[in-house]
Amino acid sequence: MSDIEIIQDKCVGCGACLSSCPYGAISLKDNLAVIDDDKCTLCGACVSSCGFDAILLRKDKVEKSDISGYHGVWVFAEQKAGVVQSIAYELLGEGRKLADILGVELSAVILGNSIEQACRDLVARGADNVYAVSHPSLENFCDEPYAVILAGLIDQHKPEIVLCGASTIGRALIPRVAIKVHTGLTADCTALAIDEEKRILLQTRPAFGGNIMATIICPNHRPQMATVRHKVMKEAAPDSSRQGKVINVPYDRKMPASRTSVLKVVEEITSMVKLTEADIIVSGGRGMKGPENFKLIEALAKSLGGAVGASRAAVDSGWIPYSHQVGQTGKTVAPKLYVACGISGAIQHLVGMQSADCIIAVNKDPDAPIFKVANFGIVGDVFEVVPALTKKLQETCGK
Amino acid sequence: MNIIVCIKQVPDTTDVRIDPATNTLIREGVPSIINPFDMYAIEEALRIREKLGGKVTVLSMGPPQVIEALKEAISMGADDAVLLSDRAFAGADTWATSYALSMGIKKIGDYGVIFCGKQAIDGDTAQVGPGVAEFLDIPQVTYVKKIEEIDDKKAIVWRMTEDGYDVVETSLPAVFTVVKEINEPRLPSLKGKMRAKSYQTTIWKAADIGADEKNIGLNGSPTNVVKIFTPPARTGGVLLQGDVNEAVAAVVNGLKQQQII
Ligand SMILES: Cc1cc2nc3c(=O)[nH]c(=O)nc-3n(C[C@H](O)[C@H](O)[C@H](O)COP(=O)(O)OP(=O)(O)OC[C@H]3O[C@@H](n4cnc5c(N)ncnc54)[C@H](O)[C@@H]3O)c2cc1C
Ligand SMILES: Nc1ncnc2c1ncn2[C@@H]1O[C@H](COP(=O)(O)O)[C@@H](O)[C@H]1O
Repeated sequence: MSDIEIIQDKCVGCGACLSSCPYGAISLKDNLAVIDDDKCTLCGACVSSCGFDAILLRKDKVEKSDISGYHGVWVFAEQKAGVVQSIAYELLGEGRKLADILGVELSAVILGNSIEQACRDLVARGADNVYAVSHPSLENFCDEPYAVILAGLIDQHKPEIVLCGASTIGRALIPRVAIKVHTGLTADCTALAIDEEKRILLQTRPAFGGNIMATIICPNHRPQMATVRHKVMKEAAPDSSRQGKVINVPYDRKMPASRTSVLKVVEEITSMVKLTEADIIVSGGRGMKGPENFKLIEALAKSLGGAVGASRAAVDSGWIPYSHQVGQTGKTVAPKLYVACGISGAIQHLVGMQSADCIIAVNKDPDAPIFKVANFGIVGDVFEVVPALTKKLQETCGK
Repeated sequence: MNIIVCIKQVPDTTDVRIDPATNTLIREGVPSIINPFDMYAIEEALRIREKLGGKVTVLSMGPPQVIEALKEAISMGADDAVLLSDRAFAGADTWATSYALSMGIKKIGDYGVIFCGKQAIDGDTAQVGPGVAEFLDIPQVTYVKKIEEIDDKKAIVWRMTEDGYDVVETSLPAVFTVVKEINEPRLPSLKGKMRAKSYQTTIWKAADIGADEKNIGLNGSPTNVVKIFTPPARTGGVLLQGDVNEAVAAVVNGLKQQQII
């Protein structure tokens, strides 16, 4: 069995490992670190925190699966009604970098119906190969058939890396694929890099609501699979002169029928811009006092060409639908600009928006925690500041 | 219909604070809670039981202290609780967790629906629910925000999407992962609390569920964490007080300089 041990001769009792443990499993006893087996989950966070190599995480020898013969970088290209979703272009942008470092080809996989134009778009955005499976039954995303087809293609062509968007579809589909092909999957990555010496993918992602970052590898299994957070990687620019191969993969008629079917697709977002796609988001909280005042938020959002978000307090009060909620139990967003109006900045809200490039906060309480993360904080009344800001922006941008 | 709810105990991030001197997380004394999304899963299971009859079993994998979380579910009204607890399970990534939970579910047997939360707030992966569905070879619907119809053989549910929702029909048994919008979890009843107090949680070790040692814990995990670090804390920027128009002008200027507008 794998285990973890403090090497007593090396431990100096400095206590650096104590705060590295997410589970509070380490304490100091007689000037030595002690690990409580009942709390420890062998996550390994403490190992790198020790400056004295005194923590030994022993992993049993595992049979390595044969990882030779895996080549190339793949991205799963999500489409809706035949239109490639922007996340796929972000994956191609990132995938191109990884493929170039590894000196391999970049391929896209797309499943759908009437996807000829989508295939051309994927080539223009940098795919050397596009594996396309087209069939009326694949028009809408369905978990099981998609997973069976994608896993089949992976088994057949053996890519070394497979990337997928951390979207509703991606996060439903790709875990099933990872189990099918028996490999590791890292969720919601915000940075990817290659360890060139070992030729492995370094996958970095936030955990504990962004309070800590973890770098994860998949050393003994292939492909190395990751979902990537939307809006973090740069989109590959289109170039219609690019050449690439489109490989039409026949749909296997012996595929078992899907046990789920989509009866209806309903669009619900009330504002003009989608939250997770938006470069600019203006959010309102309890400080807005009532649903009628969200007009001020909408006006500001409009002057910036942005989307409308909200804190949970505003959503729970019924001022705005849940689909607008930002935070731990809502959406995680990473726009270029986030404007928080009448939001205190509780940790559960912060974890959903603190990776925005620039944050503006408007709050009448100078001690509100939101100011700790804001690039620009305005201490004042939202009912004065928000209209003034809207007006100034309209004058400046002429919108 | 019998229902199994997978619940995870997680540290309550509300209490995670940063030590300003060392810039590391202060984790001592951080209380553990049931993963918030799993509370909605428990509630939905109880509501279906109230409609269709049957039994609700809560299942978790983790160290012995997780018994507390399971007892909380009992006090809300769950009938049974099972904990998969064995040093051999430790260090599991989502692959190995999904495998162990699916083996536990097979041992419990006879289920119509398996509920999971949308994601756990410690890892935020959202991978375990679909993973369990795959190991059990049953259909799944993720991000469920409403169960419109359900009987012993099939269900019609609403799946939340980026721009609204899909109405999805599925055969049962199936795995549903639920979002917050689905319901409002109840508080434990007095009777439930009494029952939880004396309730004996079933504890299974790896051997009890016939789990292959190669597939569980650290050994069974294809992924490894190689580094954990605290992201550089965001430092506050300028704080503007006083005249509103001046403040607004300064902000708009700043946005222009940073080429955001
Ligand atoms: C498990 C769990 C999950 C959660 N998930 C989320 C989540 O996903 N998203 C989320 O947002 N929250 C979440 N929360 C709730 C979170 O803890 C806070 O309660 C919530 O974010 C507070 O919303 P608020 O800032 O709008 O309200 P408040 O905290 O009440 O803040 C209102 C602010 O407005 C200011 N204000 C009032 N009037 C004015 C005025 N006229 N002008 C200017 N400023 C004014 C006040 O000074 C105050 O700072 C979660 C909580 C828990 C326990
Ligand atoms: N150790 C565990 N024990 C029981 N259920 C779990 C465990 N880990 C994850 N789950 C379930 O899977 C869901 C998603 O978790 P995650 O994939 O870790 O984000 C949770 O909401 C739980 O329902």
